[in-house]
Amino acid sequence: MNAEIIGTYAVAVCLLIGSVFTLVGVIGLLKFNAPMSRLHAPTKVGTVGIGMLLAASMIHSFVIGQMSLHELLIMGFLFVTAPISANFIAKVNIHRGDCETPPSPPQDDTWSTLNTPQEDRTNDIASQ
Amino acid sequence: MKRAFVWLIPHPFVTLLLAIVWTFLQNEVSAGMVVFGIILGIIISRGTSIWWPNTPKSFRLDKMITYSVMVIWDILVANIQVAWVVLTVPNAKLKPAWIVVPLELRQPEAITVLAGTITLTPGTVSADLSDEGHSLLVHVLHTDDPDAVRDDIVNRYQSRLKEIFI
Repeated sequence: MNAEIIGTYAVAVCLLIGSVFTLVGVIGLLKFNAPMSRLHAPTKVGTVGIGMLLAASMIHSFVIGQMSLHELLIMGFLFVTAPISANFIAKVNIHRGDCETPPSPPQDDTWSTLNTPQEDRTNDIASQ
Repeated sequence: MKRAFVWLIPHPFVTLLLAIVWTFLQNEVSAGMVVFGIILGIIISRGTSIWWPNTPKSFRLDKMITYSVMVIWDILVANIQVAWVVLTVPNAKLKPAWIVVPLELRQPEAITVLAGTITLTPGTVSADLSDEGHSLLVHVLHTDDPDAVRDDIVNRYQSRLKEIFI
């Protein structure tokens, strides 16, 4: 058992775990019926699924002797940007009324997505 | 002297981060590239500082590192729980819920980190902020006890972030 064989097995295990989580994410995206529930599935793919696939790539590069740390950057950028797209999709769902109306906040007037001026609100309905 | 330093490096963490990212992009550590990264970090943070007038007053890097490790562990655990929910709970029995997290954090950076943490942890997505920023709207995929999830977020993440962004 030398390092190369152990590395190969580690790469295979990482690829397997990453693929399983990606598959579960896709199943969730197809299975759920409400838009907000569907949004939960890709967050799983974006963290452990991609993370494990990138870890496999990193281990592979170490095993063949060409060290590569670009994967850490990809992971970092994904972790910073993924919540923003999820947040935008959630805001669109709230704005279009595709989900249950959220309870109003205890201290302030309303949620910032719903806080549109009155004239814009009537324009929205007219344009639809 | 101090004013010149603040003018040149308005956001020291941004400068440091850009230098590190540049070095990582080269895939090898050489003195020339590190120096070039630092120069880039200074130029870019100086050039964009007009759009980013407020710096966070203080920031505890050591506590941020332990917080990151804890979040990564939580992501792994929550992933397995949510994968189980996806595969076993049918649509009719799913109990999604909105929860409202009362925010004690006031700095935009701290609120962004909290919202990002909530979204990255599978099973919860931060959806919206109230119009004056006193509460955060979070959607939960499947829970029997929404209040427990809210208390968990407040005690586990928000209390730690309050110590990081003082």
